[in-house]
Amino acid sequence: MRPVYAVSGGVSKFAKARPDKTFQAIVKEAYDYAIADIGLDFPTFTSLVDGSVASYFSDHFSRQLMAAIMAQDYLGLIPKPSHRVEGGGATGGLNFQEAWKSIASGHMDICVSYGFETMSHVETWKGNEFIALASDASWDYPVGGFYSGYYAMMVTRHMKEFGTTVEQMAHVSVKNHINAYHNPYAQKRSRYTIEDIRNSPMVAWPLTRLDICVMSDGAAATILVSEEGLEKLEKAGANIPRPLVLVTGIGRGTDAMRMSDRPHADYDTFMRDYATEQERGSDETRAYYQKLWDHGTRYPGVHSFRAGRTAGNMAYQHAGISDPLEELDFVELHDAYTSSEIQTYEDLGLCRYGEGGPFAASGKAFMPGVDYGLDLEDDPVCPVNPSGGLIACGHPVGATGLMQAVFAIWQLQNSIEKHFQDSTLQLKDARRGAIHSHAGTGTYVTVSILEREE
Amino acid sequence: MAKLTNKREENLGGYIVHGIPFPIETDPDSLAFLKKMAPIQIEQPYAITYLHSYGQDSPWFAAVSNKKLLTTQDPESGYTYGTPRGHDMYSGSETVWIDITDRPAKVHAFTVCHFGSEEFLPETPFVLALVQFEGVNTLFLTRLLGVDPDEASLDWIEMPVEPRFLRNSKLKPTDVYFVPASG
Repeated sequence: MRPVYAVSGGVSKFAKARPDKTFQAIVKEAYDYAIADIGLDFPTFTSLVDGSVASYFSDHFSRQLMAAIMAQDYLGLIPKPSHRVEGGGATGGLNFQEAWKSIASGHMDICVSYGFETMSHVETWKGNEFIALASDASWDYPVGGFYSGYYAMMVTRHMKEFGTTVEQMAHVSVKNHINAYHNPYAQKRSRYTIEDIRNSPMVAWPLTRLDICVMSDGAAATILVSEEGLEKLEKAGANIPRPLVLVTGIGRGTDAMRMSDRPHADYDTFMRDYATEQERGSDETRAYYQKLWDHGTRYPGVHSFRAGRTAGNMAYQHAGISDPLEELDFVELHDAYTSSEIQTYEDLGLCRYGEGGPFAASGKAFMPGVDYGLDLEDDPVCPVNPSGGLIACGHPVGATGLMQAVFAIWQLQNSIEKHFQDSTLQLKDARRGAIHSHAGTGTYVTVSILEREE
Repeated sequence: MAKLTNKREENLGGYIVHGIPFPIETDPDSLAFLKKMAPIQIEQPYAITYLHSYGQDSPWFAAVSNKKLLTTQDPESGYTYGTPRGHDMYSGSETVWIDITDRPAKVHAFTVCHFGSEEFLPETPFVLALVQFEGVNTLFLTRLLGVDPDEASLDWIEMPVEPRFLRNSKLKPTDVYFVPASG
């Protein structure tokens, strides 16, 4: 496999509704930004790019089949090769990795990945119905198909088994909303308190409206290149910032569509098949897990995402990471729910299973230098969702995983201030970050590692 | 006291408009002004009836319409699914049907939905639960009745429950639901 560089990205403004433009024109906002950011004009880039990968989640939202080719056409990329990628909420993450494969395999030298969703064309309750059709239409949807309900069931089990609290979940919402206060691309830029989160309308007990991401219209795009592609762009006058950003690891995992089908594995199976390298190597952690299992914990059940753990372990192995909390400078993860951010801390090995709640409230995942109005015990170690995540930025599904990639590229290029007109969210000396994209009730999950070339 | 809302609910409906504002002349200045025009949005109703087959899962629906709760099991390993599958995901073998109507069951996880998909909005608040059966390896998604949605509590988890069947089957998984066990 060849080295893959992530040289540029662009994000459209995410909003509740963008009736001002069709989806193709919204994609073009993000695409044009990515091209302009490396100082090229449209015709020059068009002449150099080898092809694309496109992503959007649902034909239902746009009521348009083959929407991706309409974007390809609008961007002037025809007749270059392209294909659409779809995998629920992980659609954007899968897209990014397909573009990575196009470069790493030698199939292309310059590949653009773009994704979009326009969810405003239907009312929220109809949107919920479309999304719920991404659960088993024979067994899950007819019972009361509602994704917030599915995630609420997961977290009641997490609370029961591990003692996770709604206040710990609310810490995630406060953090992500306040981070987004400094991100002009975010859909929601509000300062909330723990009380605000808990007092907002109950959606699916115990998840309130402010525990849950919103539907959005938006698009995002990234440009990935090989060394040869980099040379071609620069020869044409592109200004690619140094140090370069490399994609050093990709991982993916899957799990059963029906949450009810997930296994409840014993301790030995967990340690053999799913424990992180770090967990296996620690006597104290093995004893901790043995105690959990003695008290009835089984894996993954419905409280954990086996696909996320599988994707994380694979990406870490690829990138040579053994202690993610210490070796990652930030993580942009799929926080469709505050509860799923907590579950994902555990899947990604930022803390042990069962410790996600205390981790959320500890301060370790918060940004340095930002006033959250909270009394946090620990200093930031690995900020999670410095951009504001899905909860505050919005979740135009096919674009979301690419939005994470763009924000990660900007962090590693040290260019947050340039793009946000605000340096608050720029991590000092960010060297390596992870992006995590997640579908369904944990059915497809991708983890990609981006790092600054030393 | 219930939290008061200060936002009126809206839907997509509106007036039928006859005559869309547009420049009288199409001179260059007028055409350039069109770049400042607000977007036109129209309603596009869409309805469809699918012929959905339950395929190899069909016997389960026939059973609940006869007040029996079936599931499937791998004949070799005995691995048993709370929600039936035609083939075992570990051996790849075809599963066999078993009757779990009288198996002791309890709540594994639950939520109270106060909001939802359009189809289920009229039924809110309703309780969704994942039920675990004794000797069964995986779970079953169902509605839980007989508990107060306004008094949700983690104590509901592990609560013994038992199935109830609709008298008039709709051939949906909701033909069976669960209530707190009587005994």
